[in-house]
Order: sequence, then C-alpha cells, then structure tokens
Amino acid sequence: MKAEYGKLMMWFFLVSDALTFTGFLTAYGFMRFGHEATWPIAEDVFTHFPGIEGDQPLLYVAFMTFVLIMSSVTMVIAVNAGHQLKKTAVAWWMIATIVGGLIFVGSQAWEWYHFIIGDKGGIELADGRVLKVAEAQTGEVLSLSQLVDGEAGHASNHLEVFGTGEVKTAFEANEGLVLQSPGKGHAQLTRTESLRMMQNAQVVQGANMKHNEYGQGQFANFFFFITGFHGFHVFSGVIFNIIIFYNVLLGTYERRKSYQMVEKVGLYWHFVDLVWVFVFTFFYLV
Amino acid sequence: MGFCIHLFLPRLVMSDSSSPAGTRWIWNIFWLLLVVTGVEVALGIIKPTFLLFPLAGTSILNLIFIGLTLVKAAYIVQYFMHLKYETQSLRMAIYLPALVLIPYLTFILLYEGVEVYGY
Repeated sequence: MKAEYGKLMMWFFLVSDALTFTGFLTAYGFMRFGHEATWPIAEDVFTHFPGIEGDQPLLYVAFMTFVLIMSSVTMVIAVNAGHQLKKTAVAWWMIATIVGGLIFVGSQAWEWYHFIIGDKGGIELADGRVLKVAEAQTGEVLSLSQLVDGEAGHASNHLEVFGTGEVKTAFEANEGLVLQSPGKGHAQLTRTESLRMMQNAQVVQGANMKHNEYGQGQFANFFFFITGFHGFHVFSGVIFNIIIFYNVLLGTYERRKSYQMVEKVGLYWHFVDLVWVFVFTFFYLV
Repeated sequence: MGFCIHLFLPRLVMSDSSSPAGTRWIWNIFWLLLVVTGVEVALGIIKPTFLLFPLAGTSILNLIFIGLTLVKAAYIVQYFMHLKYETQSLRMAIYLPALVLIPYLTFILLYEGVEVYGY
C-alpha cells in the first residue's frame, strides 16, 4: 500500500466512521419514509438568516456549506505546502482552516439556538400529532403571535410564551383557520374537525427531545443527533488542527523533514466536509 | 530514528510526485464544488414543478440532488483526500468496504421500509 502506518489507520478509521454516519442517515430516511404526512419539510423549519427579516429557506445552511468547503480548500493548500517543507505557509493556511472550522461550529450553535426556541409554534393533539395553524383557503401557516396578537408581519418576538387557553380562544374566533399537517402535501383538517381536535390539544413552542413544534417527534431527535454528532466531529477536528498547528510552530515537522501529520489531520478534516455534503443533501434538500 | 525517516523519505516524495503541482488544481475543484452547491441551493429554493415528477419511489429533483452530492463526494475523496494518487491496493481497501456496504444498507432499509410501513 506504500502508505505510512498512521495514515493507513486514519483511512481505516474514516471508513468505519463513514459507515456510522451511513447508519444514522439511512435510519433517518427509514423513519421519515414511515411518517411522511407529519415529517416536517426542512425548508419550512430552517428559515432564518442573521440580520435578514422574513423567511430565507436554505440560505443559512448554504453559507455553512460554503464555509466548510472553503476551510477544506485551505487545508489542502496547507498539506501541499507541507510537501514542499514550507513551514510558514503551512502555519498560515492551518490558521485559516481553524478559523473556518470555528465559524462553522459557531453557525451550528446559532442554528441550534433558533431550532430550540422555535419559530411559529405548533399544536400538539391528544394523539401526539403536531399540526400547524393555517388559513383554510391559502394554506399559509400562521405563527402563534400572528394568531393571538394579530401581528401582520413576521413574529417579532420569538421568546413570547403563549398559553393554550388564549390560543384556543383566538383559533375559535377566526372562522377561516384550520389545522394543517406540516408534512408532504400539507393535508388540512376540516374546520369542524379542527375545532374538535383543539379541545384536548396543547401548545408546543420550540423543540426538545420529547416535543417539538415542527412535526413528528423523531425529526428533532434526528436533528440533534446527526448534526450534533457531525458538529462534534468538526469541533474535535478543530482541536486536532490546533495541536498540529502548535507542533508546526515548534518546528517538530521541520526537524522531521516530513509534514505527514498535517496530511493525516487533513484527511480527517476533509472527511468532516464529506459527511456534511451528505447531511446537507439528506437533511436539508431531499 | 532520524535515519529511518530519511530512509522512507524518498519513497514518500515519489508517491506524491504523481499528484499535480502548484495550487491551481485546488482552486479549480473549489469552484466546481461551489457551483454544484449553488445549483443545489437554487433548485432547493425554486423547486421547479416539472422536476417534482415521481420517479423510482421519489422525485426527479431528489435524484438530481443525490447525483450532484455523489459528484461532490467523488471530487473530495479523489483529489482533496488524494485517494486518486494512492496505490491500487490502498484505494481498493478504502473503496470496496464503503461502496459495497453503504449501498447494501441503503437498499435493505428502503426495502424493509416498504415492508414495515406497507406501501
């Protein structure tokens, strides 16, 4: 194989890690397949972009993808410089990679924060289904603040907490509203059915491991688990990069006349990018 | 120890000499990955209705997403992870388990999904 022992072992670890992520993503597909009607559609869930009002589906996650691809590029350049034994170039390109990784982890924290505090709110029925309040005619989903406070615009205060009582009263007062499924097809209940279901319903805002306002409960669990596991990979990759960067500064690889260690953490870093390419597709696009 | 490393060095340099020189190829791949991601995002936002036509248990649009993803993955593994320039035996040791087991698990879960949920 003509590869150094450490590099070979890194490759074998990455193959096993790829199979682990395969398990997660195929399990996600399997569960989603069985609950298509109540499984949230990602572009209805991840709609925020810092500093921009209103719905911006996919834009933020596209930015995160760009950051990770960019940091993968700076890593390749660092490895390339290592082959030519250029210590300063390796150090600078590794700094760029580390900064990219930190921006990505920070972006993920921001996305988790918004996922957890919630957006439009949902209605959890007695049978456990989570539905949205929507206009019967247009199918447009109303946020709880639009429903209760009658705000015309986008919910300005995401931290406002709504009681089940006031939501029920507001829902009953507006004849044009029904309950609508968050999943594929956006199936609606009739007005009479909606009113009957509202009797024993609860208001859900935000998401945790038991309830989430977006729809099927497992959706939030998979979100936390898959993006969390990937985010932990990015975080540990940043730590590895910092350790190797420190060794580059100390001149360890200069003395060794080989920057193989940079290449090895580089493999791990590209793998993190590779996994994100798949998470991006199967969690946010498909 | 130092002697050993020097002994291995010529061979390592030789195995790298087959990869392209300079950094231009890296930026070419960067633009390719960026454009493919841009196309994916644009398709995801617009969702053209004629691409929502059902095919193979999903839609044409989803199949396009999966195809573009595999293109990106191939470029990352082949060029960024340098696997294209490794020896045949190393490439096979990586590709075979991944390319047999991943499609196999995907197939089983899709097949069982139909059985379990009864479509």
